[in-house]
Amino acid sequence: MTDTTQGERATQPNMGAYLLGHLREYGLLFALIAIMLFFQVVTDGTLLRPVNITNLFLQNSYIIIMALGMLIVIVGGHIDLSVGSVMGFVGALAAVMIVNLDVPVAITIPVCLVVGGLIGAAQGYWVTYWNIPSFIVTLAGMLVFRGLSLWLLEGQSVGPFPREFQLLSTGFIPDVFGVGRPNVTALAVGVIAACAIVYLGMRKRARNMAYGIEDEPISFFVVRNAIVAGALLFVIYKLSTFRGLPNVLVTMGLLTIVYAFLTEQTTIGRRVYALGGNVKAAKLSGIPTERLTFLTFVNMGVLAALAGLIFAARLNTATPKAGFAVELDVIAAVFIGGASMSGGVGKIVGAVIGAFIMGVMNNGMSIMGIGIDYQQVIKGLVLLAAVIFDVYNKQKQR
Amino acid sequence: MTTLLEMRDITKTFPGVKALDNVNLKVTAGEIHALVGENGAGKSTLMKVLSGVYPQGTYDGDIHYDGQVARFGGIADSEALGIIIIHQELALVPLLSIAENLFVGNECASKGVMNWPETFRRTEALLKKVGLKEAPATPVDRLGVGKQQLVEIAKALSKDVRLLILDEPTAALSESDSQALLDLLLELKAEGVTSIIISHKLNEVRRVADTITVIRDGATVSTLDARTESITEDRIVRDMVGRDMSQRYPERERRAGDMLMEVQGWNVWHPEHATRQMIKDINFHVRAGEVVGIAGLMGAGRTELAMSLFGRSYGQNISGTVKLKGQVVDTSTVAAAIRSGLAYVTEDRKELGLVLEDTIQRNITLANLSDVSRSGVINEAEETKVAERYRKAMNIRTPSVFQRVMNLSGGNQQKVVLSKWLFAGPEVLILDEPTRGIDVGAKFEIYGIINELSAQGKGVVMISSEMPELLGMSDRIYVMNEGGFVGELDASEASQERIMSFIVTD
Ligand SMILES: Nc1ncnc2c1ncn2[C@@H]1O[C@H](COP(=O)(O)OP(=O)(O)OP(=O)(O)O)[C@@H](O)[C@H]1O
Ligand SMILES: [Mg+2]
Repeated sequence: MTDTTQGERATQPNMGAYLLGHLREYGLLFALIAIMLFFQVVTDGTLLRPVNITNLFLQNSYIIIMALGMLIVIVGGHIDLSVGSVMGFVGALAAVMIVNLDVPVAITIPVCLVVGGLIGAAQGYWVTYWNIPSFIVTLAGMLVFRGLSLWLLEGQSVGPFPREFQLLSTGFIPDVFGVGRPNVTALAVGVIAACAIVYLGMRKRARNMAYGIEDEPISFFVVRNAIVAGALLFVIYKLSTFRGLPNVLVTMGLLTIVYAFLTEQTTIGRRVYALGGNVKAAKLSGIPTERLTFLTFVNMGVLAALAGLIFAARLNTATPKAGFAVELDVIAAVFIGGASMSGGVGKIVGAVIGAFIMGVMNNGMSIMGIGIDYQQVIKGLVLLAAVIFDVYNKQKQR
Repeated sequence: MTTLLEMRDITKTFPGVKALDNVNLKVTAGEIHALVGENGAGKSTLMKVLSGVYPQGTYDGDIHYDGQVARFGGIADSEALGIIIIHQELALVPLLSIAENLFVGNECASKGVMNWPETFRRTEALLKKVGLKEAPATPVDRLGVGKQQLVEIAKALSKDVRLLILDEPTAALSESDSQALLDLLLELKAEGVTSIIISHKLNEVRRVADTITVIRDGATVSTLDARTESITEDRIVRDMVGRDMSQRYPERERRAGDMLMEVQGWNVWHPEHATRQMIKDINFHVRAGEVVGIAGLMGAGRTELAMSLFGRSYGQNISGTVKLKGQVVDTSTVAAAIRSGLAYVTEDRKELGLVLEDTIQRNITLANLSDVSRSGVINEAEETKVAERYRKAMNIRTPSVFQRVMNLSGGNQQKVVLSKWLFAGPEVLILDEPTRGIDVGAKFEIYGIINELSAQGKGVVMISSEMPELLGMSDRIYVMNEGGFVGELDASEASQERIMSFIVTD
């Protein structure tokens, strides 16, 4: 063997170069913060009022939950256009079961989730085993389930739901310490979560240092963690002065952690990235590409069903229009979050931040009284800008 | 002799890598100029700078072309001056016809309406010039790589080429296709076309090159004039690797042990045409510690044989048995084949071997994630350790194992694929053209790895179109032709002539 030292002409990393190389990740975070600050100022502080923060979570929970599944589908090299319709359909199903047929909530919820899974399986089947493009299969699914929800609801809104079902969305975690305001449970959760983020970050950094592969300058590390932990504590503090932690926030937070772990730390996650990156190579490495693709659709179906339940619970009725065009918001969130249309690239955290960016813009613009017409235009332009930024960034690195 | 091109002090940096460090290159009008160097030396990068793939401003240094300073903002600018590059990876549109491919972006049309008769007429003329006997309407995915390469050259000719750049044009070609291509280059030279050719096949370089520039670690090491003195391969190698290399193949001890793998009655039919038999009743075996070569011309069915054995990844109606250590094993899926102890290093590393967007580390562990994970959770620290181990052992040139594979040079990518399969810990490793596009030094390293495997009692099956390599490495050689084995030779009795005679008399 020739000696290994020659041929590596590594240049010293400096801050500028590092920032350039990771512009995307930092950019996303700063974009979110900048957008929040902007709306905070122009809405005279309404945006970050405790009530509004609570509302932000309630309003966007279903998008974020579906973005988790959508990210995985898109990383796997496919797309699911049917999620809005599926979400509406499952909401309708829940309403018919609970309101019209008096089925207990505890039975309805699992049944609805299973139905979501079956819908995902049905679509995934055609995509994986018949090689029909997912765009087409799920476009069909979008029409089919839109129609089916109309049929289920007979064109009417069905509601209201019993209180226990509403809690899914509008409930709050009770304060176990019983103090009320500020809500000590919420504060405790916030502090623990912030500590966990910092601790995990430090652990990872230490490990990378041990391998000599860490290139993030220490100042960046500190500032980044300070911002993330600070923002988290700030938000939680605000929430604690209102009604505490909304149930959906907890659901959402837990799901985000689970899916981030699944995609980044497990063999299944790794394999999905590989198959999205290069199906043929993945297959020849012994990865059951078909089964995995199928599972990404099943997973998407279940999450769409969960989103449907949460959405219906929040509105307290199921309407035939529920979930209309929501798939576009979900897909936009994933792409704003940095996923690639061709598969193999994207992160859960990115998709969640992408969804928040969309959510904050919706919310902020509504508070400002900007018409729905302009809102659409602005959201469209933001999506385009994010993707252009990606492409530009990639070219610059050459 | 006028200087056509001079590149002065070209420096090009990628994040974390200085790919070119003050490189100089001078090309005389009308010559064939060879550019050689190890994998990752910067050859392709230099040519991308020259052709405007990396535009002015992304590198330092000057390009003087035809007596003028050239500033290229993109490929179109360099093409306008007659500089045409044929990249290491072919860039044809697979489903379009030859004619359409030749004139993509440069269509014979008036006011946007295609002039088909003209297109076909010109295509025919160009195909004749490059010596390709195919109808202009043939879709290019029906052509073998050799013919596709000729289509690329025809495409270059259609653009009034003055300086033709070929990046490893013969890497994927058979012996005879390579010869034809080199002859064509000489013909073009006679017509006044200047060319730059990058190649790891030094015998070819010696055959056609007038001048040879050697690059090492991103810097020009020497420029050799083959017209005034005779340049030996050893001389070139010495400049490439920076030291003398007396041998091309490491010493190996023959040690055929117990029976390791036996394949019996292997039959495979074409995946789409169920009546076309691709593999015909093949029987062969590999003993522990043995390196078994499979010789044959392009299209003999060697890759199809390997792919069908490896998890039935090719063909249909497959019949026959595979035994490992005397036991019939399940190879019906890739996962089962890997579990049984097979590994297959694909011929086409970009399409079939690598996830280009992913890092070196992730590619290396992909086929054996269970060894770096526990109950499905990956231990990334362990994974990095594994990747680092292979980076050192295989001498993969990269600043870190977190580098994306698509940023590696071709040869280093090949080492990543090899690492992946070595990490899978196979009993029998099937290598399909394992040294394609790899420099002499790295070849030697890979041969060393093959020997190491055989010393550990593993079996190696090596498919290769490079006869010297087969002869230099194998203990036994099977000769394959038209889907069947037509001969078997022991290393002691094998020679290029005897192998060819089996094929010819078949
Ligand atoms: N886009 C890129 N980003 C980062 N590094 C790159 C990029 N392209 C090339 N490199 C690095 O630059 C160096 C030179 O690469 P180049 O492809 O020019 O080598 P080469 O001489 O053509 O090798 P080979 O014979 O293997 O094709 C290598 O170390 C490679 O890893
Ligand atoms: Mg190259």
